[in-house]
Parts: sequence; structure tokens; C-alpha cells
Amino acid sequence: MTQLSASHNELTQPRFSPLHRIHEDAGATFTDFAGWQMPVRYTSDLAEHHAVRNAAGIFDISHMAEIIVEGPDAASFLDYALAGKLSAVKIGQAKYSLLLSERGTVIDDLVVYRRSEEKFFVVANAGNRYAAVDALQERAAEFSGVGVSGSGVSGSGVSGSGVSGITVTVTVTDQSDETALIAVQGPRALEILEATAGLASASPLEPLKYYWSVEGDFTDADGSAPVLIGRTGYTGEDGFELYIDADRAESLWRALSSAGAEFGLVAAGLACRDTLRLEAGMPLYGHELSLDIFPAQAGLGRVVALSKEGDFVGREGTEIGPAEGSWVLVGLSAEGKRAARAGYEIFAEQEAGSPDAPAGAPTSVPADIPAGIVTSGALSPTLGHPIALAYVDPALAEVGTEVSVDIRGKRMNFHVSTLPFYKREKK
Amino acid sequence: MAVPANLKYTTEHEWLLIEGDFATVGITQYAADQLGDVVFVELPETDSAIEGGVVVGEIESTKSVGELIAPANGTVIESNQAVVDSPELVNSDPFGEGWLVKVRLDSAPENLLDAAAYDALTAE
Repeated sequence: MTQLSASHNELTQPRFSPLHRIHEDAGATFTDFAGWQMPVRYTSDLAEHHAVRNAAGIFDISHMAEIIVEGPDAASFLDYALAGKLSAVKIGQAKYSLLLSERGTVIDDLVVYRRSEEKFFVVANAGNRYAAVDALQERAAEFSGVGVSGSGVSGSGVSGSGVSGITVTVTVTDQSDETALIAVQGPRALEILEATAGLASASPLEPLKYYWSVEGDFTDADGSAPVLIGRTGYTGEDGFELYIDADRAESLWRALSSAGAEFGLVAAGLACRDTLRLEAGMPLYGHELSLDIFPAQAGLGRVVALSKEGDFVGREGTEIGPAEGSWVLVGLSAEGKRAARAGYEIFAEQEAGSPDAPAGAPTSVPADIPAGIVTSGALSPTLGHPIALAYVDPALAEVGTEVSVDIRGKRMNFHVSTLPFYKREKK
Repeated sequence: MAVPANLKYTTEHEWLLIEGDFATVGITQYAADQLGDVVFVELPETDSAIEGGVVVGEIESTKSVGELIAPANGTVIESNQAVVDSPELVNSDPFGEGWLVKVRLDSAPENLLDAAAYDALTAE
């Protein structure tokens, strides 16, 4: 990951999840992820992948960053600071959003939970923790400054926010160190949470919709601790994400694991999390998203709420948009077993331009210079053939277009396919 | 983790079972564990000449690509078709059914490690 901030030198030391001891006891293999030592697999990443598709997996993703944004102006502040219209999010609802640079490119992708009228819970990528916290704090200062000076009429976004014109009150607090995050993902996830001893929710989990959350608590011999339970995830399956105080995470993990045993729950590492999200067509920051990418290129144009009132950081940049002809994100599929991986170059088919090869790429794309690059790729464990996410010349972006990928010196045929690659059957 | 004592090892985490001018070659348990689940194996063709130190095959897992490096100059006399058909053999039995190629050696490979030295290497 390249987005680590050099000013935070604690990142040079490995960081450990509050669940590290559990993973060690389970025999996990660890990997460095954004400075964290996290489980990459426990036994077999393929077995863990299939378990999530067919039963359930439990993931430790405590490296993710949690940021509290609260205060009377939290909603209007987030409308200013993020790409989406967070003020329209209902209490209990979650929303996928983006933190944009002034230029309109992606600093981070986020999930924002609204926990009350004035309290939002922003979940950022581990590698972007400080970038996200710094940006939100800077923007809070800007936003407050604008409010205090009473210059709302300048179209800065404060005018529609209901602010009295005297003070704007919002605080941004980094709670990452105090918060653990456990995901239970898979078709049996609901049953597992319902069977977990000590876990209670303010309302039943069964009717909870995707991208909604409920407050809960977890009670063990040490007492009761609050838990935020989101019906969210990064696997393409039904599932939940549970946010709890770091010092109670071990106990919750054990309770979930114990309840899950009869449903086929297995501990699952980051390796299968990556193949699961790839099959589900979900972007990963540092691969599909970066400071060089505009949301529109990544198929996330709809995440940027240009129609919302007032200014927001990145609005002007979004309106200008990427340069004409900028590469766009597509899905690629192939026959065989050979995966295209991040960084591999993509070329228009050699036949392009030949009059008797109408199925090839448009003649405007020469076949001898790279016309795209793979950002993530694997042999799909569920589908059994190679899949990849890639940025390609817009002339090659139409579904069905044949391209070739240079796989370590060999050109292999891929075709642009619809996303996601895998979609679970809704009950 | 003790590795089989009858094999020789390379610092590239390959093992060799040397019998006269012939050697059976595979990757070690350590290498297989590092790769994770192997999902694709490409091996050199029978009768192809190989050159010591040169990549002659690939062992791909879901997460990464391992290279099969020829341990010495020689000729491939057999590639393990069972592994091509069932790449998971590399994980389940790397020192046995997961062997990769049999080669006829032009000369004895150099700089091989014995089991104790290889164990010491992977214990670092």
C-alpha cells in the first residue's frame, strides 16, 4: 500500500489486532496489511472461500479505521466533507461513500452508519486511516470557519444546513484503536448471530435489510458492552459486521465461533476475503481506487451526489471530471486456469483493424501498446475460471470485447464481462 | 518442521530426489504453505531441455505465482500430469504425489542443501 502517511511513524512498527492471540492459537498464517499483522489464512484459503459461499466465515477486520463524526451539524458537515448526501441517510441506515480530493479523485472509500440524528460512524480502510482522519478534521475546521464567519450565502454549503450562523458544531474522533471489527459472512450468518450466547440486538436481526444496522449489546462474565451490528460486508454474501470495544473482542469472537460451529462457520482470512470481494465485483482501495482515479472511471459516478445542495469537497473536480479517453473499470473473464494479476498489461486484440475480423476491438486502439491494466485478478474459486478487474481504454469497455492480457510474457485471451462476476441467489 | 532426510534442497525451496543421473523435483512444504492453495501448475514438456537457474514452470495459488526453477542443466523426461490435473496435490503431498518433474541431469547440481541445512534455512 502506498498511501501510508510518513508522518505517522508508528506505522513502521507492526500492529496487532486485539484478536491476534486467537489467530495465533488457531495456527493462522499472517500477512502485513497496511502495517497490520493480519491472518491471511487459517488452513486453506479455498476452503475458507467456499465456506463463506456455502455456510459462513468469521473474519477479523479490526485493522479497519472507525471514526466518529458527531454534533448538531454532523449531517450537513458530512454532506460537505464526503461525496454522498449523508444527511438523507436514516438513523440505522448505512451508506457506501467516498472521500474525494479537491480534484475529485478518491482519497478513500468508506461505509458510513448513521447511529442517531447527530452521530455518524465512518469506517475507513486501514491504510487510509490517517488520510481519512486528517481530511475529516481539516474539513471540519474549514466547515466551522465558514459557518462562524457567516459566509453561507457564498454557496459554501452552510446556507442550507440549518446553522444559526454563529457556531457550527461537529467533532471528528478517531476510535480505531479502541474498536474491534468482526465480520460474519455467509448464508448461515443470520442463524449464527441469533444463536450466539450473550448477543442481543435492539430489534430482531432477521428483518434487518442490507446496509442497515441495529444497536446491540454483548454480555459475558465481564458484563455488558455495546455492539453495532451492521448487515454489511465485503463478500457478496448475506452477513453482518459487528463493532465492539477492542477489549471485548476476544470474548465475542469465541461466542460467535462457538455458536457457529454447528452451522459450518470457519475462521476466514484476508486471502479469501480478497477473492470473495473480487467475485462480487467490489473495489479495493489501492487496486481499483486511488488518488489518480475519478469515481466515474470506477463505475462509482452515482456515489457522488452532484444533485445535493451546496458545495462539497471534490464537487468542482467531479464536474470537470477525468480527461477525455481516460481508462475505465471493467470486469474481465477468460477460459482456462491462468489468472491475470494486478499490474499485467492489456492489449487490444491483434486482429483489430483486419477487415475480416469484425469481432475485434475498434481500429482506433493499436494492438501493440498497452490499452489497459489489470488491478485485481484471480482464478475464481466459485466460478472455476480466471476473473479480473481492470482499467481499459473506453473503446474496449463494451461487454463482450475481446482483449489479450500479457501474463508473464504470454498473451492470453480475455473478454469484458458484466459485473459482478458472482451474485448470490436471493431467497 | 523436519523435511525428508533423503532429499536435497535448493535455496529456492525446491527439493530433489537424486538417483544417479536422474532427479525428481518438487517444491517443499514450506514453499507450498507460503503460496497457499495451488490452483494452477504449468510444467515443461517431456524431452525439453532445461537450463540450471532458469524458470521452467509456474505454480500459481489464488494469491501469488511461484516459479519452478531448473536445478541444473538437463532434459525433462516426465512432467507430473496428476499435478497439472489436480494442483492441490502440491499442498497435500508436496514431497510425494505433488512432485513436479523428473529430469535427466547433464551434471550434478551445485549448492544443494541437505535436510538439516534446509530446516535451518526455513527456521530463520
